[in-house]
Amino acid sequence: MEEKILFGYSGLFDTPDEIIEAAKKTADSKYVTYDVHTPYPVHGMDSAMKLKPSRLPYVALVVGISAMLGMLGFMYWITTTDYPVIVGGKPFFSFPAWIPVLFEVTVLSASIATVLAMIIVYFKFPNISHPLHDTDFMRAVTADKYGISIEIKDDENEEEVKAFLESIGAYNVSAIYWNNEEATFKNTVLQPKFLTLLLILIITVSGATYFTLNKLMFMVPFNWMREQDKNIPQEQSTFFNDEFAMRNPVAGTISRGNMPYKYIGQPDIAGAELLNPLPVTKKNLELGKIKYDIYCSPCHGYFAEGDSRLNGQFPNPPSLHSVKVRDWSDGRIFSVLTEGQNVMASYANQLDRNERWAVVLYIRALQRSLNAKESDL
Amino acid sequence: MSSSENTIEYNRKEIPPIFGKFGLGLFGIGLVLSVLAYLSEPTRSAYNNVILLEFLSSVGLGSLFLVALEYIVGSVWSTPFRRVFEILSSVLLILPLIALPVYLHSHNIFHWTHAEVVAVDEILKQKSPYLNMTFFTIRIIAYFAIWIIFHLLMTKNSKVQDTTKDPKLTKLNTKLSAIFLPLFVLTLTFSSIDWMMSLEAHWFSTIFGVYYFSGTFLAALAAGTFLIIWLNEKGLLVKGIRKDHYYSLGALLFGFINFWGYIAFSQYLLIWYANIPEETYWFLQRWEGSWMYFSIFFIIVHFVVPYFALLSQPSKMDPKRLKFMSIWIIFVHILDLYWIVMPSFNPDGFIFGWIEIGFILLGLGVLIVVFNYSAKKVNLVAIGDPRLKRGIDFRL
Repeated sequence: MEEKILFGYSGLFDTPDEIIEAAKKTADSKYVTYDVHTPYPVHGMDSAMKLKPSRLPYVALVVGISAMLGMLGFMYWITTTDYPVIVGGKPFFSFPAWIPVLFEVTVLSASIATVLAMIIVYFKFPNISHPLHDTDFMRAVTADKYGISIEIKDDENEEEVKAFLESIGAYNVSAIYWNNEEATFKNTVLQPKFLTLLLILIITVSGATYFTLNKLMFMVPFNWMREQDKNIPQEQSTFFNDEFAMRNPVAGTISRGNMPYKYIGQPDIAGAELLNPLPVTKKNLELGKIKYDIYCSPCHGYFAEGDSRLNGQFPNPPSLHSVKVRDWSDGRIFSVLTEGQNVMASYANQLDRNERWAVVLYIRALQRSLNAKESDL
Repeated sequence: MSSSENTIEYNRKEIPPIFGKFGLGLFGIGLVLSVLAYLSEPTRSAYNNVILLEFLSSVGLGSLFLVALEYIVGSVWSTPFRRVFEILSSVLLILPLIALPVYLHSHNIFHWTHAEVVAVDEILKQKSPYLNMTFFTIRIIAYFAIWIIFHLLMTKNSKVQDTTKDPKLTKLNTKLSAIFLPLFVLTLTFSSIDWMMSLEAHWFSTIFGVYYFSGTFLAALAAGTFLIIWLNEKGLLVKGIRKDHYYSLGALLFGFINFWGYIAFSQYLLIWYANIPEETYWFLQRWEGSWMYFSIFFIIVHFVVPYFALLSQPSKMDPKRLKFMSIWIIFVHILDLYWIVMPSFNPDGFIFGWIEIGFILLGLGVLIVVFNYSAKKVNLVAIGDPRLKRGIDFRL
């Protein structure tokens, strides 16, 4: 058996007061590589050991703030640019809803980063061994004793360290040796053991995730969210006698926001009785322009002159600047949009009532652009 | 501990007279201004009086809560200055006096006291079993009675302990605290609902009591922290209070700044998300006209500034910074109450004038005068407490 390599010396104390005094004396001595071990945090130890404030808070601060800003940017990009979805009628950029997420991300990343920094920088992970492990000294200080261990540097005398520990009142002063394995330990993440562990971890986590999301969710009883007591469109119903899941509205009612159109087949009466409910505002005109450009301009052209690119390939769409159309009332144009006319189909499904009136407003504006009234000048 | 044979060094000294004079000055100016205010604008003064009342009950009740909390958790580090909080809580004794003008003007400020309004208002009609003058009177008398009884009992026991050194009194006070704490939660919640939430009788927020509690805790702790550091620097407290104690006070302040932010935001987030008109109008009121600028300013001074001022470890131990931040937090708590109360008086925009200043001065003056007066009669340190020695030896 070859000779063991000496790590250092350890000594035990009985009370927290003694260990505080001993820590003070050790801090004042020439030994720098020492540590104090107690079974629980002893108040006043930091100042007794003259420890400088830890630098870990800076890791927490930097990582926390950058994770928060990163998340802020990420959510901003998702909700306003990449995939804007209206949730609960809120604007895309709804900051209050993000604050809990930002808070969680900040706390989570800061704490994980702090723990990782601690175990990697200070404990030199993946090294998980230390000469003090598995010694009687460690057994004592994790139960009911207090202890100091001093690591011996090359230029320090063993006997002096031993004498020093005894001089500050330690008993059971004993030498701590490296295991051969520990002494020759190469601190690298590329150990096969560590890599295997990592691989197993990756396979387990991803397998479990796949299983949970793709299989487990479809098994009884975890499929309760998928199997709900409701009908989707076109489905058979077991509740109603006629087995239709889709129902007609109750007689005498209309759905919310729906305004029935009572002039079907009577465009002239509509023209005489209907008035445009929308005021002439910039907002309404802009809405009308957008809808006109989408739905009307393919045939009537962007300026309503009937000169779209379909001209000649199709029964020619009429210009909307004709005297006939100019003399129509708003309601008459509205009835054409609602019911269609000749080859023009109804646009009631594409444009709701307000949008149709907005288009009427915009058509009026287009007409005025070519046939301005004197008052417009 | 090796130093445990030492006796506790406490020599009773009088608080420097400048303290009392300063308090009397503030009190005098504040009293004159607020009396003038009541003569010229009674309604506005009554609203300000609500702020004053809630501020003083914040400090008094919060201090009593801290004392009770110390007993119930058996905390050691705070024993050397528990007496400061006990003395601070004596402001509870004069609270009924402060509440009286508000009560007399309740018809001016509480919408729900008008029978003809309640008769045609379905919501108020439903709430009338709770919001009616008889029950309101019974409730506020109950609050004051509970607070004053527990203040008298607990401070008396602590005072008697100074001479008898009887550890049984600590046990007794622990039991009293166990009774007081649930009552504290109920009375604090309902008193905040009665005095402040019912100013907008339609509005409701189930977290309102917790919100007021977070401010209460901050105000009491800030007032206590300032006094503890100031008295300690003058050498009026027991020897041995050091930066470890300061750090604990600072950390609590910092923690409750966060707690306040958390609760204030929780209240906002839920109302914002649900978007129910009955609830949102309270926040909309505070987001209209010049109130919007005030609200933004308020978030910054109440959360952002104290958060960064107390974030680092050394800043929680620095007596200068702690004293400054304590004063700061006392003022932002007044601002908090102002933000809750005043938009109900003047929804059109932010108002701040000599009336508001008068009532704030009166509040600070009352606090100092009452503290000075009660401190004359007792030791500033609970020298009979069996945990005192360990409290002084407290290290981080």
